[in-house]
Amino acid sequence: MPKTTMPPPGTAGESPDNSRNPATAEEALGAAGAQLSTAPLEDGGIAALGLVGWVRWCWRQLTSMRVALILLFLLSLASIPGSLMPQRGTDPAKVDQYKADHDILGPIAEKLQLFDVYGSVWFSAIYILLFISLIGCIVPRSWQFAGQLRSRPPAAPRNLTRLPAHTTWRTEAEPEQVREAAHRLLKARRYRTRAEGEAVASEKGYLREAGNLVFHVSLIVMLVAFATGQLWNSEGGKLVVEGDGFSNTLSQYDDLRSGALFDREKLPPFGFTLKGFDATYERTGPQKGTPRTFRARVSYWEGADGEPRSSTITVNHPLEVGGSKVYLLGHGYAPVVTVKDGQGTIAYQGPVAFLPQDSNVTSVGVIKVPNYLDAKGNKDQLGFQGVFVPTFGGAGSGSMFSQFPALDYPVMALTAYRGDLGLDSGLPQNVYQLDLKHMKQFTDAKGQKFRKMLRPGETMTLPGGAGTLSFDGVKEWATFQVSHRPGNGLALAGALTALTGLSASLFIQRRRIWVKATLGEDGTTLVEIAGLGRSEWSRLPEEVAAVALALRPDAPALPAPQDSTPASADPAQGARP
Amino acid sequence: MNIAAAANEDMASISNVLIYSAMAVYTLAFLAHITEWVFGSRSKVGRTAAALTQHTVTAPPAAVTVTATRKAGGTTVLERAEVTTRSATGRRDVPDGPGAAAGDEKGELYGRIAVSLTVLAFLVHLGGVVARTLSVQRAPWGNMYEFSTTFSLVAVGGYLLFLALGKNIRWIGLPLVTSVLLDLGLAVTVLYTDSDQLVPALHSYWLWIHVSCAIISGAMFYLGALATALYLFRDRYETKLASPQGKQPGPAASSILGRLPAAASLDKFAYRINAVIFPLWTFTIIAGAIWAEAAWGRYWGWDPKETWSFITWVAYACYLHARATAGWKGRKAAYLVLIAFACFIFNYYGVNMFITGLHSYAGV
Ligand code: HEM
Repeated sequence: MPKTTMPPPGTAGESPDNSRNPATAEEALGAAGAQLSTAPLEDGGIAALGLVGWVRWCWRQLTSMRVALILLFLLSLASIPGSLMPQRGTDPAKVDQYKADHDILGPIAEKLQLFDVYGSVWFSAIYILLFISLIGCIVPRSWQFAGQLRSRPPAAPRNLTRLPAHTTWRTEAEPEQVREAAHRLLKARRYRTRAEGEAVASEKGYLREAGNLVFHVSLIVMLVAFATGQLWNSEGGKLVVEGDGFSNTLSQYDDLRSGALFDREKLPPFGFTLKGFDATYERTGPQKGTPRTFRARVSYWEGADGEPRSSTITVNHPLEVGGSKVYLLGHGYAPVVTVKDGQGTIAYQGPVAFLPQDSNVTSVGVIKVPNYLDAKGNKDQLGFQGVFVPTFGGAGSGSMFSQFPALDYPVMALTAYRGDLGLDSGLPQNVYQLDLKHMKQFTDAKGQKFRKMLRPGETMTLPGGAGTLSFDGVKEWATFQVSHRPGNGLALAGALTALTGLSASLFIQRRRIWVKATLGEDGTTLVEIAGLGRSEWSRLPEEVAAVALALRPDAPALPAPQDSTPASADPAQGARP
Repeated sequence: MNIAAAANEDMASISNVLIYSAMAVYTLAFLAHITEWVFGSRSKVGRTAAALTQHTVTAPPAAVTVTATRKAGGTTVLERAEVTTRSATGRRDVPDGPGAAAGDEKGELYGRIAVSLTVLAFLVHLGGVVARTLSVQRAPWGNMYEFSTTFSLVAVGGYLLFLALGKNIRWIGLPLVTSVLLDLGLAVTVLYTDSDQLVPALHSYWLWIHVSCAIISGAMFYLGALATALYLFRDRYETKLASPQGKQPGPAASSILGRLPAAASLDKFAYRINAVIFPLWTFTIIAGAIWAEAAWGRYWGWDPKETWSFITWVAYACYLHARATAGWKGRKAAYLVLIAFACFIFNYYGVNMFITGLHSYAGV
């Protein structure tokens, strides 16, 4: 094994393959240095006049490296506002809040599409231009690369000593013999070789270019996958109380968002029942109350008459069913109540989901009783506004806050109203809010607002024989997100091929090595080996040396006529830590 | 509190003691490095570093000797190949500076002491992170405190690994140790979070994969950014030297910058590290997307953390493109690296502290 020493840093310089300045070494190297990469040429000047010439000039500009660079930079700049401004797609409530808080900036931001940056005209314009540029860049490059694969390594430059790494010695072997040996040896080192004249030209590392092309093509594949996911996706939310179920039809969703091309009428048939929900929380320490596990136990079915099967859904483990995924998003409590009207008949019975307000699940909610008869038998409607705490901290604090998220000491406080709930107004109503416009609050005998705190099992009696409400117990509810996203597999495949291609393009080095053997005047053969690689590659001298050493048995070195370089006396020379 | 929990608390306090001890040893290493630089500036080589550089602007091509031993019929033959290397035209042929100690014996001694102390500090630091891992019984990067301590551990580990591989990287020692001290200081004061478990959203083996890759990428990008910053100083210095009629660097600048490696070496080091880590960073983002798909139902949702990872990624892609574009190599590309790394840091500190998103950690 050759023992190698590092080249002195800073001396193996920039190879000329990318420099487009004609006054550089490129000219001297001629074709030998050409196209070590297939980066597009930079040309500044406007070539021909006329429409065609102008269009062609624009196209060439768009597909140039410089414009790609500018577009990439613009893309990253353009993504910044989206991370600083609230986005409608992720948090519509925050957008409304922002607009309410900023009278002047709000409308301006709206005009500039700052609440929807990643779908905005200007953001789209940048990435569409980038991808046009990419396609315009990749297609010609692929042709060019295919051509390079078929063509053979370029001929040796006239003067091999000008190359970034070069070595030479004299031998008594015939030039013919040396070249043949070099040919064999380079082939064995998996170089593509060709004999021409007095030299053997060879090249290796084509996979770099292939990797680069694969990477850029994969970016296009990922964009297509992303677009597919955007156009055909659907994403709906559903709150399910323990014991209840969900089936995948439009009317069952609390809300459903879908891509422009998604057919809402053709939802795949499946559904599930929430059998139970388990949550555990940190009981001690500074992070007391932090959730530790959330688990939804469900039984689900698929197809028109599928057998129910059991499963659990946890935060990182969605349920996959019917081409969709069901994610567990959140949870809360639903007090179970029974409301009896003034006649003593049950007007409402069941769990009512309350919405959590803080991390200890202090929750608020409303109970609406639309079908109700008062003590005199007149039709009326009842409404209750309530606060529910799973762990009551004790009276006296004025407002009610939960002390812990688990059901350690549940208490519900209610105020009651009667009147018109407004359900018939035809306007959509929020099930978690009471519209108090046409409602009157119950007052107690002293004229004070009627308010009552209940523990499970307790019953409150409305003043004036208006009925009762009993707090029967508490169930948990969970919110689920049902997502259908085509193109995920494609995106993953694109990402993985991109990664492979990228690694190939960054780790594989494309390089050329020329071996020249010429007959000198003294009858001995002069062997010259030179290499060319990309500037960042530091091991080119080692590679050249390795080829040289491997060639020695076939071309034993003669002692140098005069020792011109003192370095040769000391094998450690040139080695730097 | 059960016995296991008590043991965990013990582990947590052991970890804290180890982290503080590591900071103390890093401080000693810092002082040793300073001493090395001070002795180096007094050395003859150090004083003449500038002059030396000027002389070698027209240095002849360098020779590299590669030797190989070959068994020929039982005897060992030493073979030798001498390879001449040269820069392309239009490039400064400047040799690397002599290093912080600049050949001064005492400086060299303190340099070695500094490296030894850094190794010791690294081991103590490693112990601190391991104790923390045992205490929380999960990956040691569930909050910003843990992320910071692991991050600087990996950065120092990378540096020591390069040293062990015989790379010329001692020059990064002083700035690295300085910034590790800053990072740890920030971690133990502002970011400290008691040892604890994670919220359910972070319970996933992707936490191991995604975050460990993010930490390694960040730590290595950090070394790349340090090298790039030094490159910018050294490059300006070389440019001044190359035009003797223009303004010349001052004596302090000459003394310090003259001892650094050549601009071309720094640039190459930075490029290589960034290019090698870029695919890992790409993988980090892909792994994050896979995790997000499992946790939130979409692999990409422009959450602030995701957005800034993307911005960082595009910024590094810009840099790699810039290197292939005429007119954008060198200093301009170097500024792009600094911007890209600033994006990484903002993603880590800025997004966690100033922007709320799904990626909020336990604790800070
Ligand atoms: C969508 C955004 C893009 C990304 C993320 C991207 C990323 C990259 C990366 C990371 C490299 C480095 C590979 C290496 O150094 O060998 C690279 C190289 C390259 N890219 Fe892109 N690229 C993008 C768009 C484009 C476009 C639009 C063009 C065409 C104008 C282009 C042309 C090239 C070329 C020619 C190389 C090779 C440079 C060389 O051989 O030195 N890229 N790209």
